[in-house]
Amino acid sequence: MFKGTGASPGIAVGKALVYEEQELNISKENIEDINLEQTQFQEAIKKTKLQLQQVKEEAMKKLGADKASIFEAHLMVLEDPELINQINHKIKEEKINAAYATREVVDGFIAIFENMDDEYMKERAADIRDVGTRILKNILGMEIVNLATLEDSVILVAHDLTPSDTATMNKEKVLGFVTNIGGRTSHTAIMARSLEVPAIVGLKNITEVIQNGDLVVFDGEEGVGYINPDEELLKKFKAKQSEYEELRRELQELKNNPSISKDNRRVELAANIGTPKDVEGVLNNGGEGIGLYRTEFLYMNRDNMPTEEEQFEAYKEVLESMGNRPVIIRTLDIGGDKELPYLDLPKEMNPFLGYRAIRICLDQPEIFKVQLRALLRASVYGNLKIMYPMISSVEEVRGANAILEEVKAELDKENIVYSKAIEVGIMIEIPAAAIIGDLLIKEVDFFSIGTNDLIQYTTAVDRMNEKISYLYEPFHPAILRMIKMVIDHAHKAGKWAGMCGEMAGDPNIIPILLGLGLDEFSMSAISILPARKIISELTFEDMKKMAEKAVNLSTAEEVKNFVKASI
Amino acid sequence: MLEKNIAIKNASGIHARPASMLVKEAAKFSADIIIVKNDSEYNAKSIMNVMSMGAKHGDEIKIKVSGSDEKEALEAITTLVEGGFGE
Repeated sequence: MFKGTGASPGIAVGKALVYEEQELNISKENIEDINLEQTQFQEAIKKTKLQLQQVKEEAMKKLGADKASIFEAHLMVLEDPELINQINHKIKEEKINAAYATREVVDGFIAIFENMDDEYMKERAADIRDVGTRILKNILGMEIVNLATLEDSVILVAHDLTPSDTATMNKEKVLGFVTNIGGRTSHTAIMARSLEVPAIVGLKNITEVIQNGDLVVFDGEEGVGYINPDEELLKKFKAKQSEYEELRRELQELKNNPSISKDNRRVELAANIGTPKDVEGVLNNGGEGIGLYRTEFLYMNRDNMPTEEEQFEAYKEVLESMGNRPVIIRTLDIGGDKELPYLDLPKEMNPFLGYRAIRICLDQPEIFKVQLRALLRASVYGNLKIMYPMISSVEEVRGANAILEEVKAELDKENIVYSKAIEVGIMIEIPAAAIIGDLLIKEVDFFSIGTNDLIQYTTAVDRMNEKISYLYEPFHPAILRMIKMVIDHAHKAGKWAGMCGEMAGDPNIIPILLGLGLDEFSMSAISILPARKIISELTFEDMKKMAEKAVNLSTAEEVKNFVKASI
Repeated sequence: MLEKNIAIKNASGIHARPASMLVKEAAKFSADIIIVKNDSEYNAKSIMNVMSMGAKHGDEIKIKVSGSDEKEALEAITTLVEGGFGE
C-alpha cells in the first residue's frame, strides 16, 4: 500500500510507466577499432534525429508550433558541428568508446551553460542534457520513454512532472499520475485536475517502489493505492471505479442547473483556467463563468513577449466560447515562483515578497499596456472583467486604472471599439489589502480572494516547504476572519466578492464560505458539479448562523469539527 | 581569409533567437566562419558556441572567414549582425 496527498479525485486502474531519468552506467573503455566506435556514434546521431523529428511533428499537431519549437532547438543542438567534431576527435585521439566520449563532451557543454550568468542560458543546459541523454541511450541501445508518443494507456509514475512534460504528453493515454513530490497546489496536481485524471502526489519514493509494468490501483481522493493488488482488491477498485463513474454521471445531470441553496440563495460557480483549451472542460462541468484566467501561461515557456495580437486571439477565444457568461481575466502575475527568462528579472532573496505581478506592470507600463490593449479589443466578444493581482494599496489600484484609462483613450483615438461595461476588480491575497478593503472597494467593482497566497502571507508559511506545510491551514480562524472582512467590505458598498483559490472548491469549506456570504466560487472545473450538489443540500440561513459562530472559535480543529457537526 | 570587426546592435544581444538566426545563416556557406570575442574563438555554425559567447548589446566581435565563398559569407553575416537581427 502507498499513501500520499490526494491531488485529483477518481479511481485509476492500470499498468505503471515509471517515467524517470534512468542512471546511465557509462565507463571508460579503451578501444582498438576507432572506425567501429565512430560509426556507432554516427548511427546514434541519425537515430536521434529521426526521433526528434517525430516528436516535433507530434507536438506540432497536438500542441501547435509554439510548443514544438523546443524540439527545433533540440535538433539544432544535435546537429551542432562542434559537438559532433569534438566527440569524433575524442574517440580517435584518446581511443575510447563512443558513449564515454559523448558523455564527456556533452558534460563540458552543460558546464559552460550552467555557469553563464543569464537565467535563460542556464536553462538551456537542460536542453543540452536532454539531447545528450537521447544520444547516449541510442548508443547504448536503450529504450526512450517519450510522453508525446505514448501508445498504451498507462499510470504515470514520476519524481515530478514539469510543465514541459505535461505540455508534450499524449493526454489520451494517461490514466493517472503518482509522484514523489508536490502538494495540492503543485503543477502536477493542478494539471491532473484540469485533465480530469486521478492523481496522488507527495509519495516521497514511489518511483523506487513501483516497477515498470506493475499493475497499480489508486484512489486520487483519499490518496491511497496498491501495487499488484490481489484478485479481491482489484475487484474492489474496479467496483469503486464504476461507482465513481456513476456518481460523475449523476453529477452531470446538475450541469445545466443554477447553483442554489435549499432556501434560494443563488451563487455563481466558476472555473479557474490557464489556457483557452481549458474552456471545454469548464463547459462540460457546468461552469457558470471563468473566475480566474491565469494569463501568465501565455508568457511562459517561450523566449519573447507574446504580441498584442497573440494575446487578443487567446482572450477572444475564451470570451467567445463562454458566450455571455462572465470571464475574469487576471493581468500578468509573474515573479514569485513563476519566472520569465526573457524579462531578465534579478534573483531575489524573497521572490514571494518581491518584484512581481502588478508591481512589474506598474514599473514597466509598456508591458502592461500591450496586455490591456489586447484585453480591451477582445472585450466586445463576451462578458469581460479585468482583475489586477497582488494589490497591496489604493495607490496601486489607482495607478493601474490610470494606465487602463490611457489605453482606452488611445483606442478611442484609433477608432477601435471596446466594451463600455467592463468590470474591474482586484485580487485580495495580501493581508494589507484585506484590512483596507473598505477603501479599496471604492476604486473597483469587485473583489476576488486569492486564498493560496492569502494563507501564505497571513500565516507566514511558505506553502512549498514540506517541513511546515502543516501550518498552511485554511481553517485558521485568522483566515476565516480575513475572508469575512473582505466579503463584508464588498457587500457594504453594494458590490460582490468571489474567491479563486483552492479553498473555494473544497467540499469541507464550502458550507462556511456560503454562510459568510461569498457570491462567486471559482475552482478547478472538476470541482464545480460536486460543489453545486453540496450547495443545493445546504440552507443559507443556517450556514450564516454557523459561520458567525465559527469565526469566533479558537482553533482550526474546533472550526473543522463545528462545521462537520453543523451540516 | 577575410576579417571584420562589428558591434552588436540589437538590444537583447546574441540571445536565443538571434543566435539561431546567425547559425542558420552561417550554415548556408561552405567557408569556415569564426567569431572572436575577448580573444576566444567560437564556431559560427555551432549553436552552442554562439550562445555560450554571451555577446551583449554594444559588444565588439571579430568575424574571420576563410573558404571559397568567404566574401559572400562575410557579407551575409555582417548584414545580419549590423541589421540588429531584424529586431
